Amino acid sequence: MPENTIKVIDYGRGNLFSIESALSHIGLEAKFVSSPDEILVPGPTILPGVGAFGDAMDALKSQDIVEAIRQFSRSGDPLLGICLGMQVFATRGEEFGDHAGLNIVKGVVVRLPKGDPNTDTIRVPNVGWRRVTVTQTGTEISSVLDSGYFYFVHSYYLSVEKSDEVLATLRFNGADVAAAVRRENVVGCQFHPERSGACGLNLLKAAFAG
Amino acid sequence: MTQEVPQTRLIGRLDIKGEHVVKGIHLEGLRKVGQPTELARRYYEAGIDELIYMDIVASLYQRNNIFSVVSAAASEIFVPLTVGGGIRSIDDIVVALRHGADKVAINTAATADPDFIDCAASTVGSQAIVISIEAKSRENEHWEVLTDNGRERTGRDAVEWAREVEKRGAGEILLTSVDYEGTAKGMDLGLIKAVRSEVKIPVVASGGVGNLDHINQVLDPLGAGGADGIALAHVLHYEHATVDELKRGIRAAGYPVR
Repeated sequence: MPENTIKVIDYGRGNLFSIESALSHIGLEAKFVSSPDEILVPGPTILPGVGAFGDAMDALKSQDIVEAIRQFSRSGDPLLGICLGMQVFATRGEEFGDHAGLNIVKGVVVRLPKGDPNTDTIRVPNVGWRRVTVTQTGTEISSVLDSGYFYFVHSYYLSVEKSDEVLATLRFNGADVAAAVRRENVVGCQFHPERSGACGLNLLKAAFAG
Repeated sequence: MTQEVPQTRLIGRLDIKGEHVVKGIHLEGLRKVGQPTELARRYYEAGIDELIYMDIVASLYQRNNIFSVVSAAASEIFVPLTVGGGIRSIDDIVVALRHGADKVAINTAATADPDFIDCAASTVGSQAIVISIEAKSRENEHWEVLTDNGRERTGRDAVEWAREVEKRGAGEILLTSVDYEGTAKGMDLGLIKAVRSEVKIPVVASGGVGNLDHINQVLDPLGAGGADGIALAHVLHYEHATVDELKRGIRAAGYPVR
């Protein structure tokens, strides 16, 4: 694969146009992949996702790419999950029933807390631009995470088992919600970098630099 | 760690007819105000948080046209895009999302067949489904839902309809005051407050902003008491203020914006 190519996994549940446009804007080229063989080709990869957890897992299963993604996640090459693409990294998800996830990042996808109705609460779905609190410093990605606002749109979040796998959090109705996670070569962001203006484009650059 | 108060999103609303962005008063008497991509680019560079493209003709020919407008925007503008007007089927929604829209705004098709909301939300997710409510004032702090750019009556009460669309899985409400739309005389604070206090999903207020004060009246606890987003058309299209000027003014008044 040419050096500036990023594989983007196409399983019918992603905003591929926006991701392709954002990559192109920073000089990277999206190559849509949908089969196990294509996914296992070495090189940086994005798992996009919008919609519901169970439906996304069903789509990955029916396309027979669950094992390929799990195997690729151990390859050492960068794998970036975006929004629902990050959530399906979890062990399981509780959206519309209980569903097994890819189990790449230990944790459960649960509903955002409603908070105390007597005080000011953030509405669910969480829609809008938020600043995040960086919990691990010292990397290119963490300095980008600290640099401005990112666009979120979600009703569920990944509750991560190991706190050292959380890169940044969002304070939300009393809970610290994972805004970005990392386990070795695997990074996930709950927000949409392809929809987060200049900060989001910088995040994509940082995720795939070097 | 304290929780940040969510920022109110400033959303540029582009009503599209043919090759042009148009603007009317009370959704009528349309005038051309610019070229969609040029306006979108200008607002994006000045810090707009989102854009809404509203197809106000909604013919079959026009629909293909607005999708190409959205694609052109999505390829160079990296904030969320909503497209509305003439969205009548799940196919329409899927095609809109494939052209780079992040959300679709639905009005007529939802009032004609409310089950369409459930179906749309379960197919593409609530986050992509915005229900557009065009409301016109009737007596005693009641508002009626209109469709087709304020031309058709539905007999539905706007507040009750808002509750129902939330229950059916809408992710957001775009609430347009037909009475205030295009007047640049301020927003319908009573309508915004009435709807927003009855639902838990985000409410984007639309119609009537002519200057900074009109935005701050919505955010004022003694005014409408807040809105999750505020749609801007007239004030931006006629260059009464830029997005960054408005944001500076909102911040100076003590309300959070990006």
